[in-house]
Amino acid sequence: MAHRTSAAIALLAATLGAAHATPDASTRAGWTRAQLAQLRAMAITELDPLPPDPTNRVADDPRAAELGRRLFFDTRLSANGRVACSTCHQPERAFQDGIALAVGVGTTARRTMPLAGMARAPFLFWDGRKDSLWAQALGPLESPVEHGGTRPQYARVIADHYRDDYEALFGPLPDLTLWDAITYVFVNIGKVIAAYERQIEFGASRFDRYVAALTTGAPGEGVLTDAEAAGLRLFIGRANCSQCHDGPLLTNHEFHNTGVRPRPELPLDHGRLTGASAAVSDEFNCRSRWSDARDRCAELDFLVTGAHTLDRAYKVPSLRNVAERAPYMHAGQLATLSDVLDHYNRAPAAVAGHSELRPLRLRPVELRQLEAFLRTLSGPVLVGGRTPPGPTQ
Amino acid sequence: MKAIHTMLVLALVAALCTLTACSHAMRMIHGTGARRPAASEFGLGPRASAAGWYVATLEPAAPLRPRKMLTMRLVVRDAAGRAIDEAAIAIDGGMPEHGHGLPTRPRVARSLGDGLYEIEGVRFNMGGWWEFRLAITGARGVDTVTFNLAV
Ligand code: HEC
Ligand code: HEC
Ligand SMILES: [Cu+2]
Repeated sequence: MAHRTSAAIALLAATLGAAHATPDASTRAGWTRAQLAQLRAMAITELDPLPPDPTNRVADDPRAAELGRRLFFDTRLSANGRVACSTCHQPERAFQDGIALAVGVGTTARRTMPLAGMARAPFLFWDGRKDSLWAQALGPLESPVEHGGTRPQYARVIADHYRDDYEALFGPLPDLTLWDAITYVFVNIGKVIAAYERQIEFGASRFDRYVAALTTGAPGEGVLTDAEAAGLRLFIGRANCSQCHDGPLLTNHEFHNTGVRPRPELPLDHGRLTGASAAVSDEFNCRSRWSDARDRCAELDFLVTGAHTLDRAYKVPSLRNVAERAPYMHAGQLATLSDVLDHYNRAPAAVAGHSELRPLRLRPVELRQLEAFLRTLSGPVLVGGRTPPGPTQ
Repeated sequence: MKAIHTMLVLALVAALCTLTACSHAMRMIHGTGARRPAASEFGLGPRASAAGWYVATLEPAAPLRPRKMLTMRLVVRDAAGRAIDEAAIAIDGGMPEHGHGLPTRPRVARSLGDGLYEIEGVRFNMGGWWEFRLAITGARGVDTVTFNLAV
């Protein structure tokens, strides 16, 4: 009897122990049907066609994209003649700059965001205070620490250097002594730059090749190492990352408080709480007189504002190419990927609002597997389907 | 006898360790300790309200997909199948496992008559189990109906 009991207990212990250890086991095969479906939904090939932007009537005009490309690299659009969008959004660095706080005419309070795929985001900036790419582009131009110039100055740059291309798209330049006319030209600068940015997309990564191999029935053998595949299993499983980093861009395009500490030297930043309200009152939002579709503003119509859950919530960044763009988070607070994973593992309380994270209590080997997986998300950044041409091309 | 004792202790330790890890994992997956209802509780209806006064059915314009702004029709009838028009309908919802609400504020955009209402501005920002709750105020008073949706 005693022997039977002990045998049963031993068997029980062995079974429980095995269940405990599975996440580290070899993961070549062994994806469930539901997991495969989830992996497929994260592949870059699952991206829907780029949605139109009816608020910008030149959004998909190739002439606008070409003019926008030239303006994106033009330092004459700045107070000191030295800052262009490309100063911070550098094409050779996947359209970001690799530093914690961006530097233009002065220093900003946030980290430069990469641009690929962001024509698909309903809201722009870490706090989502802009509701279209064209409205977004007008922000840095007038920010005293970014381009630092003025609307009349920018309208003059168009009149002096881009008149023909501008007029081919928008008709004769208006009388630039009137403020409304100046603003109209300024808005059109935003609209052509947006047309250019709409072409910036992510290409396929090793992760995508792994999913492609799995879905064609091939075992995905050799595309990811065992450690990388184990990291992927954690990512969609126990580590809960895909709760927010989901879909082909590995973002749900939402705003969440994840308890990232603010920089002590900067004033306390409330993230989406102020960003959502700012989007509603923005001079250039979807409902504004400058929009080409003022009656089609579902994102604003159904927006949540003023909720406690928005306090220190930030935009969920795409994790594509994430290994190539340290430091991390909205103000570059975390220096490396392993710092980021340590943050998720500990899930510190938020200084304002409530963090939605809970401690993961992953073991060091599991954290390394997650990091290895994140590194498989790197791939090319394409402009109009090609690697980006430089400023002189 | 001693060996059996050791085995017992070991097994207990193993079981405990697994249980704690497990309860931890459960908390991760079920953030607020919410239990996912049985498969038969999922779906677009027809679904009876809590007190049984109304029966509601959802008719999404397109299949429910994560991260998309959706429009759906709602059909409200009484228990006898008569159309309920001119009801006031408040919409709420969230993911019980994650402890968060809907990312948008959907609302009834128009009442189309014959118990039909058009709901706009629904977005499920993650795949998984969502509760979609309606507070329906008709002539009889307010009653709530909760849909469990798999997105
Ligand atoms: C001084 C550096 C700098 C310059 C110059 C600059 N940006 Fe940025 N960009 C940033 C920073 C920093 C952020 C995030 C700011 C925030 O959240 O408040 C950002 C955010 C963005 C975003 C939002 C991306 C997203 O995922 O939401 C877009 C789009 C963008 N910039 C485009 C542009 C364009 C177009 C220009 C030129 C008109 C430009 N930027 C000029 C630093 C810069
Ligand atoms: C509750 C939603 C949520 C979950 C769950 C989540 N993230 Fe994030 N993630 C975010 C948000 C929001 C940010 C930006 C936060 C900030 O800047 O303050 C972010 C930022 C990041 C960044 C930095 C990217 C950059 O460009 O700065 C990485 C890397 C990252 N997450 C990886 C992960 C991993 C790995 C997991 C799982 C262990 C995970 N995330 C789980 C919401 C989430
Ligand atoms: Cu959720």
